[in-house]
Amino acid sequence: MSTSADQTPATTDLVTVTIDGIETHVEQGTLIIRAAEQIGIEIPRFCDHPLLKPAGACRQCLVDVASPGPDGNLRAFPKPQASCTMPVTEGMVVNTQNTSEEAERAQKGVMELLLINHPLDCPVCDKGGECPLQNQAMSHGRGESRFVDVKRVFEKPLALSSEILLDRERCILCQRCTRFSQEIAGDAFIDLQNRGAMQQIGTFNEDVLGFDGYGPVGAAAEDETGNAFSSYYSGNTIQICPVGALTSASYRFRSRPFDLVSSPGISEHDSSGSAIRTDHRRGKILRRLADNDPVVNEEWVTDKDRFAFAWQNLADRITQPLVRKDGELVEASWPEALAAAAAGLTAAIGKTGTPADKKAKGVGVLPGGRVTLEDAYAYAKFARLVLDTNDVDARTRWSSDEEQAFLGASVAGTGLGVTFAELEKAPTVLLVGFEPEDEGGVVFLRLKKSAGRQKVFTVASHLSRGPEKLGATLLPAVPGHEASVVASLKGAKAAYKDLRAPGSIIVVGERAAASPGTLTAVEALAKRAKARVAWIPRRAGERGAVEAGALPGLLPGGRDAAVTAARNAVAKAWGASSLPNTKGRDADAIIAAASAKALDALVIGGVDDSDLTEDLLKAITNAKFTVSLEVRRTAVADAADVVLPVAPPSEKSGTFVNWEGRLRAFGTAIHTDAMSDHRVLDLLARQLGTDLGTATVDAINAELASLGAAATSHRPKAPAEPTPAAPKKSGGTDGELVLATWHQLVDEGALQDGEPYLAGTGRMAVARVSPATAEALGLHGVITVTAKRRGAIDVPVAVTEGMVDNVVWLPTKSPGSWVAQQLGVQPGDTVVVKGAAS
Amino acid sequence: MTDHREESHEAFTSNLPQPGGIAGALMPVAGFGVTLRNFFRPTVTEQYPTTPANVQPRYHGRHQLNRYADGLEKCIGCELCAWACPADAIYVEGDSNTPDAQFSPGERYGRVYQINYLRCIFCGLCIEACPTRALTMTNEFEMAGPTREGLIYEKHDLLAPMEEGMLAAPHPMAPGTTDTEYYTGDVLRTTPEQEAWVRAHRPDDETLPENQPVREGHIPHSEQSGPGTPTPLGAKRFINGTGGGI
Repeated sequence: MSTSADQTPATTDLVTVTIDGIETHVEQGTLIIRAAEQIGIEIPRFCDHPLLKPAGACRQCLVDVASPGPDGNLRAFPKPQASCTMPVTEGMVVNTQNTSEEAERAQKGVMELLLINHPLDCPVCDKGGECPLQNQAMSHGRGESRFVDVKRVFEKPLALSSEILLDRERCILCQRCTRFSQEIAGDAFIDLQNRGAMQQIGTFNEDVLGFDGYGPVGAAAEDETGNAFSSYYSGNTIQICPVGALTSASYRFRSRPFDLVSSPGISEHDSSGSAIRTDHRRGKILRRLADNDPVVNEEWVTDKDRFAFAWQNLADRITQPLVRKDGELVEASWPEALAAAAAGLTAAIGKTGTPADKKAKGVGVLPGGRVTLEDAYAYAKFARLVLDTNDVDARTRWSSDEEQAFLGASVAGTGLGVTFAELEKAPTVLLVGFEPEDEGGVVFLRLKKSAGRQKVFTVASHLSRGPEKLGATLLPAVPGHEASVVASLKGAKAAYKDLRAPGSIIVVGERAAASPGTLTAVEALAKRAKARVAWIPRRAGERGAVEAGALPGLLPGGRDAAVTAARNAVAKAWGASSLPNTKGRDADAIIAAASAKALDALVIGGVDDSDLTEDLLKAITNAKFTVSLEVRRTAVADAADVVLPVAPPSEKSGTFVNWEGRLRAFGTAIHTDAMSDHRVLDLLARQLGTDLGTATVDAINAELASLGAAATSHRPKAPAEPTPAAPKKSGGTDGELVLATWHQLVDEGALQDGEPYLAGTGRMAVARVSPATAEALGLHGVITVTAKRRGAIDVPVAVTEGMVDNVVWLPTKSPGSWVAQQLGVQPGDTVVVKGAAS
Repeated sequence: MTDHREESHEAFTSNLPQPGGIAGALMPVAGFGVTLRNFFRPTVTEQYPTTPANVQPRYHGRHQLNRYADGLEKCIGCELCAWACPADAIYVEGDSNTPDAQFSPGERYGRVYQINYLRCIFCGLCIEACPTRALTMTNEFEMAGPTREGLIYEKHDLLAPMEEGMLAAPHPMAPGTTDTEYYTGDVLRTTPEQEAWVRAHRPDDETLPENQPVREGHIPHSEQSGPGTPTPLGAKRFINGTGGGI
């Protein structure tokens, strides 16, 4: 939306070039192949990709080129040139296959050579039907092969990881995958090996390839899983492969391109709002691909966006409402279930008209962080208007009041803030409580694009692989005390000096809420350094929930629920006389209150109890009544009294608000009779005697538009949390360490269920400690981490150089390490670590 | 008015030659000559359905999914037949062969194979498209039934019956072969290794030699289809796919 003058291309550096007799003017440095594209001439190509550096590997784009020599006379190059590597020069004359027989002959020759070793297995190849090589061979190739010898064969397929399969016979060595891995993802785990006919793509793993003395010289890069091609972005190599050499295990042989109906959509997996394409066949999703959206995800998505969709249609999908009868959940009709839900909620809010009303203690609402903007708005409105409470919180993660004030003051209703493009261009980026790769997904790819040109600082316990690939500088912080590190950035500190460069950005993650004072310190630092702040949460619905007011202290548009004028403005728009003015409880407090029987009922959306440190199942048991709006038969749904089925993202339309504040609307991919949360809440409200007006996406968007953003006086005040004292150097002799933890991108989150191939690419769960801590506590092999309550986590220890002492890092929800459920602690809390009993 | 009618009412005179004598006398019953002549010629009238219909060898009848000589399926689930079908009558889903369940030579096999005979127009474009000659057409044409479901033939309805030397899939490929050897016809029957594998994994398999009824010469393979596979309508009536009939 920024249309500043600096984005207008300079018009002074144009060069004149003639392609196929058509004279055109293009910017200096433009490749011939791009200049031809601009005037609608297509030159065949395989290795060329607009987002990758030129390679000239496949030679398919050969054209005849002539350019003026020193004497000004046109001199033709003696042989055809690769148009994907040669920039245009003034006065150049290019003749493509359309006008030059020489170029056409060269291209046909290259095509014939490419097909020499290419197997004739198109009928079994997943790329068959959408294969550039197949298309080009059909349109430009020979009808009959002249090749009579035996083709080179390889073992097929070679599993680069549990998800990515490599068929080396089909490979035409265009190097798109290796260039993507090196340039875009920074995971250079695959590369070209050997020479001549035996040249092939492979991982640096001698056991797999059998190098025969052709092994790589350098040390092989391997992560802790021992799996060489372990990248969060590996799925993109499949999509850009111009042949069927790279395929995915999950889509292998599942269907053919002409079976599929493609629907554009937005990924539900993270707050980036990546554009995706959902390919489905007869109502079943078969694969997802990255869509091209230059302002957000360019042409890349994470493997989670691409492969994690099976959860929507597992066997435990709920299709009919369920009502508890005689202690058992049984299927019921919609009218019956709505009546049962309404009866339970009426009793809980004290509107039955009986003496029991006086004892009614109200309802708490937990929408969960995966809702769309419309769903979050419906939950927020349902809580305030129907249930007459502010006890609504979509943040089913570590959160705080300080965070809510920060979100209300600086995030909600601010529209498009820091963008991907600005993040890419920023001279300095400071990451606070944010892991670009694990928690950001495609955010990392944008930062990686500027690696080397951009200074990156990260406030964390150690340099994880993401920041390491960005060449980031670690500002070591003990978890829970990030605030003091951020506050100390001033004066002559190098990080502060760099941060003062105009356009610098401070990225703060959702984990900052678990560290008191951090968001306050970030705001202060941003003011000091004149830097901008971007809040990047993990889940797709977080920003939308903030905008829609699905937080206890926030009303739609960033209005403070404690400000009377703000409440009245919203009440007027909603046609209500007033809105509840009690202070709302946050998610943890709602669960604690229900557990302590201080709340009568709960309305729960897509919340996974294992993500919470509080015991949600106990709260449901103790609450008199629980309504669950769920896609699947989760533990929460199993414990509820009424379960109303709702649509998964592929079966509904709506809007995710990404971390930039950009509205990412998506349509229904697969039309079923499943209803979105907002529609179900509208029906439920109607049953309770209120017209919620959230039946359709259009109605909600019209309401949201008419409400608009809050006036400054209606907003909450920016947080003013005191910066906590620097961490005391606690002993560590008794094994007490401070916990650092975050979610790895591919882990055991609820939305990654049912996809074993993807799970296999995730990183192994390890506990990280500094060398000094490992030595002091004698940690080696498998260690046991316990906290004050609940279970213990046994994971192998990985001693990490440069890590803060007396801190142990665990992945939040990786196999064998479910921190919230097993330990019941959050980052910054103390855990007890014991080495293997030896 | 009457004048006009009488004018047009002329007596009919044939312009054919008018034979005289005996020929002329027999003229009124000359037509029976054709009948009489055909009394002494072979009968061409078919007494269908009391006797089988005599269709041409390349008649486009019901489809058959063929097998290689060792019993592995030829279908690789490539869906080219479904792509070629102008009536959208074919539905295929492929899947990966695994070492534990090898249905066809190579990596891929057709897990789901359906032909909807309510849609099929028997044009034969599908069998032209088939890259492995897995799909051919038989002379069987008697396909009618009371239900819609019954006319959607599943893979087990369409698979060719087992012949001598075949073992029911899944079982491993013949040792030392690739899908190329199968395609070029170098695999002629099951090997002892394949039999041993089936014996180890499915000792009760009907197609194992020890489980088969005693053979007397060549018995038409129609008797060997397992009891578990429902026999499609009229399946007994086509044999070898060459010129039909009982």
